[in-house]
Amino acid sequence: MTITQTKTKAGSAAADERVAKRSPFQKLLGRPEIGALVGAIVLFVFFALVSPTFTQPNAFATVLYGSSTIGIMAVGVSLLMIGGEFDLSTGVAVISSALTASMFSWYFSTNVWVGVGLALLVSLGIGYVNGWILMKTKLPSFIVTLATFLMLTGLNLGLTRLIGGGVSSPSISNMEGFDSARAVFASSVNIAGVDVKITVFIWIALVAVATWVLMRTRVGNWIFAVGGDANAARAVGVPVKATKIGLFMGVGFCGWILGMHNLFAFDTVQSGEGVGNEFLYIIAAVIGGCLLTGGYGSAIGGAIGAFIFGMANKGIVYAQWNPDWFKFFLGLMLLLATIVNLIVKRRAELK
Amino acid sequence: MNANDIDQQTLLQNEKDPLTHTPVHLLSLEGVGKHYGNIIALSDVTMAVDNGRVTCVLGDNGAGKSTLIKIIAGLHQHDAGVLNVMGEERKFDSPRDALDAGIATVYQDLAVVPLMPIWRNFFLGSELTSGFGPFKSMDVEKMKEITLKELAAMGIDLRDVEQPIGQLSGGERQCVAIARAVYFGAKVLILDEPTAALGVKQSGVVLRYILQARDRGLGVIFITHNPHHAFPVGDRFLLLKRGKSIGYYDKKDITLDELTAQMAGGAELAELAHELEQLGGHGDIVKEVKGEVADVTQTTGKTYG
Repeated sequence: MTITQTKTKAGSAAADERVAKRSPFQKLLGRPEIGALVGAIVLFVFFALVSPTFTQPNAFATVLYGSSTIGIMAVGVSLLMIGGEFDLSTGVAVISSALTASMFSWYFSTNVWVGVGLALLVSLGIGYVNGWILMKTKLPSFIVTLATFLMLTGLNLGLTRLIGGGVSSPSISNMEGFDSARAVFASSVNIAGVDVKITVFIWIALVAVATWVLMRTRVGNWIFAVGGDANAARAVGVPVKATKIGLFMGVGFCGWILGMHNLFAFDTVQSGEGVGNEFLYIIAAVIGGCLLTGGYGSAIGGAIGAFIFGMANKGIVYAQWNPDWFKFFLGLMLLLATIVNLIVKRRAELK
Repeated sequence: MNANDIDQQTLLQNEKDPLTHTPVHLLSLEGVGKHYGNIIALSDVTMAVDNGRVTCVLGDNGAGKSTLIKIIAGLHQHDAGVLNVMGEERKFDSPRDALDAGIATVYQDLAVVPLMPIWRNFFLGSELTSGFGPFKSMDVEKMKEITLKELAAMGIDLRDVEQPIGQLSGGERQCVAIARAVYFGAKVLILDEPTAALGVKQSGVVLRYILQARDRGLGVIFITHNPHHAFPVGDRFLLLKRGKSIGYYDKKDITLDELTAQMAGGAELAELAHELEQLGGHGDIVKEVKGEVADVTQTTGKTYG
């Protein structure tokens, strides 16, 4: 065992001569969100040059608001994607949540906070059902959540007409508790003369919490593991089912926040809305460096993805271009981001 | 008594379990069997594992080796016979159950997540935490430190615990998995074909880690289809074939040649020679195979053909 012992000595030395010193720049290149960060900077500089209004504080607050409405959902969706699954029902689940809150409090004439609480239960419930069916049937999450997406779309329209008699929920602006709920979910904060929507702060807080959970808690370790290799995770005692179901419920929670914002920002909800938004959240996560196959990514990446989306969306308006080009632009971003991610993953797996 | 203080010598002096000083095995199986529907995967397997001993399970593909370890590791439940841990009858419901009983498994696919850093893999499922309630967070620095230290103790020379484990070689990954099991207080270590996908040199390295784990007082179950790997490190040998035990030997009762002969299956070789002869024209090969049969006959004392 002499060979082993000499090896041991070399191994326990604090600094190993075979590890080349990596500069902070090289370390940064190894992060999942680097592609998105570079993209975001390029995009920001680009719009700052073509549109003088883009860098004005008020316009920037609008960009941030636009980003936050995508970003809040992108937090949950990013974590879910790192956990190896994705959810197509998120767009309409947001509307389901908002409809639940408004219809319930309107129909039973309760304080709107009762409806808000019920909506939270419904949102978490939708997430739980998605996750539970997925774990029970072992079907791909694409199929399971596509089914939930279709069912929720139908339920949103059908129940709204059945209860409220129209395609949108009745206005609840005169009801008890509306003002306090609006203050929580849809107010603005004045910072140095600029009105910043509260969703921006909720977004930042969610990203911070999600990043902490991912990087510094056991649950974060489990999320990476169930996405990277669920069988390996199970074999070492990680509760795979609970982790995945929890992730779906996390998406539900984010959907509840956004749903409540939508409701209290306008006081009514269109029952047919939300279709197609699920892809925006997934795009934000993917641009942000989350692998579709799971096991790799970050919450900050998803936030940067959402910010890119917000900049592109509003920047085109400020640059006074035809917004028709927006979707093309988004598609191109997605393609480039996915290619960058692919290269990153190959490099990480390389020996 | 600390498991680390037990060496091979103290064990050999009295054939009792050193942890309890009672004559029980760390882990023992008596007549264990398992079927999937009408397929009998395993029947009537008896074996024992003790501290500081290596029990080898040998068998060809489809012999039931995997089924056997899945039962011990808690992935499947046996439906015949008795599984005892420290003399107490047990049936594991989940891998967690088996882990809690001190049985750790290093799988063929290693149960590591390639994209995750080494230290995250090392502590996966048993992370160290500090703080309490909802603010419980992982003790990252301590975990990195322990990972580096434990791997060094196993003689694994590591460069950077932050690198994805997928970047390590097969042998190194195997050793990380073994070191992980040892650190988390495994009493029984199951190694599922650790040398199957490795080269000659790397296999030697892994075999050395098996001996190190043994010298640290663990009971090791070493599953392999290579008698040349099993014989030098093993203390007991269980031979499986078609889901049945075809022999259970102490090292003193068997030689490497006998072990190889049992594994190779003299009857099959004789049959092959017969077929080749009938086909004709393969004179050299027939001669060679017949020579093998003769060898097998000599070492096992049975006649074939």
